[in-house]
Amino acid sequence: MKFAVIVFPGSNCDHDAYHTVKHVLGADAEFVWHKETDLKGADVVILPGGFSYGDYLRTGAIARFSPIMAPVVAFAEAGGPVLGVCNGFQVLTEVGLLPGGLLRNRSVKFQCEQVHVRVEELDTPFTCAATAGQVLRIPIAHGEGNYFAPPEVLDALEANRQVVFRYCNAGGELVDTANPNGSARGIAGLCNARRNVVALMPHPERACESAVGSADGLVVLESAVAALGSDGMLRTG
Amino acid sequence: MAIDTETLERHGLSPAEYDKILDILGREPSMTELGIFSVMWSEHCSYKSSRIHLKTLPTTGSRVVQGPGENAGAVDVGDGLVAVFKIESHNHPSFIEPYQGAATGVGGIIRDIFTMGARPIALLNSLRFGPLEDVRTRGILEGVVAGIGGYGNSIGIPTVGGEVAFEEGYAGNPLVNVFCLGLAKAGSLVMGQASGAGNPVYYVGAKTGRDGIHGATMASAEFDERSSEKRPAVQVGDPFMEKLLLEACLELMQTDALVGIQDMGAAGLTCSTSEMGSRGGAGIDIDVSRVPQRESGMTPYEIMLSESQERMLMVVKQGREAEVERIFEKWDLHAVPIGEVTTDGLLRVRENGSIVAEIPNGPLADEAPLYDRPTEPPAYLAAASRLDPAALPELPATDAALRTLLGSPAVASKRWIYRQYDHMVRTNTISPAGMGAGVVRLKGTNRALAMSVDGNGRHSYLDPHLGAMLAVAEASRNVACAGALPIAATNCLNFGNPERPDIMWQFARAVAGIGEACRALDVPITGGNVSLYNETDGQAIYPTPVLGVVGVIEDASRVLGRVFPGAESTVLLLGGGGGALGGSEYLKQIGGQVAGSLAPLSLEAERALQLLLVELAGEGLTRSAHDCSDGGLAVALAECCFDSGGIGVELMLPDAPHDAPGDGRTDVSDASVLFGEAPSRVLVSVADDDFGVVRMRAEAAGVPIAAQGRTGGERIRVSLAGRPVLDIAVAEAETAWRQGLERYFEDRAA
Repeated sequence: MKFAVIVFPGSNCDHDAYHTVKHVLGADAEFVWHKETDLKGADVVILPGGFSYGDYLRTGAIARFSPIMAPVVAFAEAGGPVLGVCNGFQVLTEVGLLPGGLLRNRSVKFQCEQVHVRVEELDTPFTCAATAGQVLRIPIAHGEGNYFAPPEVLDALEANRQVVFRYCNAGGELVDTANPNGSARGIAGLCNARRNVVALMPHPERACESAVGSADGLVVLESAVAALGSDGMLRTG
Repeated sequence: MAIDTETLERHGLSPAEYDKILDILGREPSMTELGIFSVMWSEHCSYKSSRIHLKTLPTTGSRVVQGPGENAGAVDVGDGLVAVFKIESHNHPSFIEPYQGAATGVGGIIRDIFTMGARPIALLNSLRFGPLEDVRTRGILEGVVAGIGGYGNSIGIPTVGGEVAFEEGYAGNPLVNVFCLGLAKAGSLVMGQASGAGNPVYYVGAKTGRDGIHGATMASAEFDERSSEKRPAVQVGDPFMEKLLLEACLELMQTDALVGIQDMGAAGLTCSTSEMGSRGGAGIDIDVSRVPQRESGMTPYEIMLSESQERMLMVVKQGREAEVERIFEKWDLHAVPIGEVTTDGLLRVRENGSIVAEIPNGPLADEAPLYDRPTEPPAYLAAASRLDPAALPELPATDAALRTLLGSPAVASKRWIYRQYDHMVRTNTISPAGMGAGVVRLKGTNRALAMSVDGNGRHSYLDPHLGAMLAVAEASRNVACAGALPIAATNCLNFGNPERPDIMWQFARAVAGIGEACRALDVPITGGNVSLYNETDGQAIYPTPVLGVVGVIEDASRVLGRVFPGAESTVLLLGGGGGALGGSEYLKQIGGQVAGSLAPLSLEAERALQLLLVELAGEGLTRSAHDCSDGGLAVALAECCFDSGGIGVELMLPDAPHDAPGDGRTDVSDASVLFGEAPSRVLVSVADDDFGVVRMRAEAAGVPIAAQGRTGGERIRVSLAGRPVLDIAVAEAETAWRQGLERYFEDRAA
């Protein structure tokens, strides 16, 4: 089973994703440069965190035009599991695989800290190994993670059960003081309608070893392994 | 164009220096040549006032792979790896334009590290500001912090530690010192030298503009009320460009096509060409018309002196050009050949083929003027060293004093700051920011590296020699508290105008102190930076030597932090029991004075304590360790309780140390026990079962156990010979500590 880690110019969590997949999860991982035009037979695609193209125009706005994005979109449309983390989430909204967008944090500052998120949905390839309502302690590190979408879009996301992670306190309660960036309805992560494309602002790949503070994020990657199974067929839920 | 006195003054060159230029050239310089000499011989680039003193520092040792003189120092950290590290200042630019000044400071030090062939893995910073009551200071702090974060976060290098202090003397002259550490394979370091006649000289990175012209000379002059007019001399950073350069250069270094490389920092193209030529004993012939330019009509003078950021100069092997260019093209960068290495030892600059400057590299880079400037003890010393404890006004209750200290920005939690820094990217950070030394694991090995940057301007003001020794001791001690053996150091020396004998005296005394302490603690200096002329309107900053120390932890699973891990542990104060109120945070905050004598430092006792800490941690005998620093024993004890989930502690001191001052005043002697400051004191917690072994080890090492206590309960309590001298709820103390810095920025906090 192979994970492709897409590398845009300015990606900076690509090494972390690669390390975690290869050395903690024990799966195969390969970097895929953004100028490439195929995914090298990967079973799972990760769009990592960072500052693609310096985030100069708008986060993720230029990366969506990279040559590799056409095969990523095709892979997603064919049902392949795609995980976007942080800047990867921003790229996925820009390319239209996920609705809404990420605004500046309501503190108007970059924030790096451990937060708690609650797993809201289990029938995705990145949460199927978690338990309902499981609280994960994983870090955020972003300046623009304040999820925004018009009310009707938010309502549709809720109705379709596309809100996969929400910010919560350590006890799993959804309180505003636990929402680090002002995201609408406490949304930390989403999936698409088909449920194979999942993205979140917190960094599960940074929370896979207790030596660096938390191992709670590992369940996100383990889910992908469980979902694909030994035959490579996607099963969730 | 004739070179008159006014032109020389504008270039910061003295008549004697000009005579030396005439000697070297055997003729009058062109304006371009004069500009080149002026930046190379500026204090910032030539160290002309400081070199004579810096030469006395210890720079060698069994672990030192690269000492001072290259872009950064390097030490062997085992497992076939070397750590490459250095600290640098960006003080002047950060005052004029806080965000860009700090950001480009980070960019500069990162380039120094990857230029050596090392991947940068950690950043730290040491910051000094005026009091936060001043709205302008709050603006500077906000800008500096955002700039550091904006650059480091974007590139993806974690900021894992640092320190911040606030004193009136920094209001018009903040200090921004940035430390970076990178990792390389042993034997793979790349040097900044040019060699091999005919090898092409390449330029890569951002285009050259008019920004930062004379940045090096600006950093070598005092500020006055016209300083804001110098804004165009501050550069603008582009972390995205730097990220591309970093990745492309590291990729290039995997090949053997590179001969030498240097970043264009201070004095830009001038410094990189002449230093690379000088180190390699070679000449360099470049044509500025081939340099990529952002603006039209730039003169050779401007191109040679520009300090535009994110630019590198490389010498590559002849015949490998296509390979080199291909690597940079992959990253959308364009490596452009601008000249070649020659055998004549000259820096030859052409414009469209015609020669506009021709200067021998050696004299330009290495024969800069060298001054042994006069020194004289400052007039303030005699009065400042006097402190009559008996004359102090009645002191507040100890719990109120502790709350005041914990709630002062200097001591308070720095979360508001480090939350803006990505301190976790690269998934190596073991000790989170705000927990003492920064600790990163080395993937693929069992080891971790600890690093700490420390200095205390107030201490150095009262006693530059001892203050500098204390800075070395504290940085090493912080590293040892994490469980790491300190192995090497870097220094950033921030002082006023060296042409003033009292300032030069501070400098000379501080460098002597650093040398003495580094020898005794076995942490050779592998590089660093000197920042002089830190004055505004004739008012110099406190002399502020900042030390960065790196240590190695053999077993990364044994890293210690400051926080008590649980209740029912034995707490020990290792080292001496007494502290001095002289120069302390307490005396400043509560007594409103900066005066008195500092507690002495025994380097032998300090070394014994540090080795004991490393030994105990390595065997898993200690569970936490925290040194007593600003605010003394009481603040350190409280800090061990913070972030623990409210675990309290009770510490019993057998008796007041015999040297506690007070002339019969109990409030003064209690304050000096609780809040007095002294080196070589560390609070550790150990499991009850291990206490016997720890006591034996301490005895064998000759380290006294000055007090004993236990964790538990919800209060912080200290008794002296059975008499309670401090009693406060952890929650109350922790609240003061959490809000101490944040309260100044509340209106804008989340």
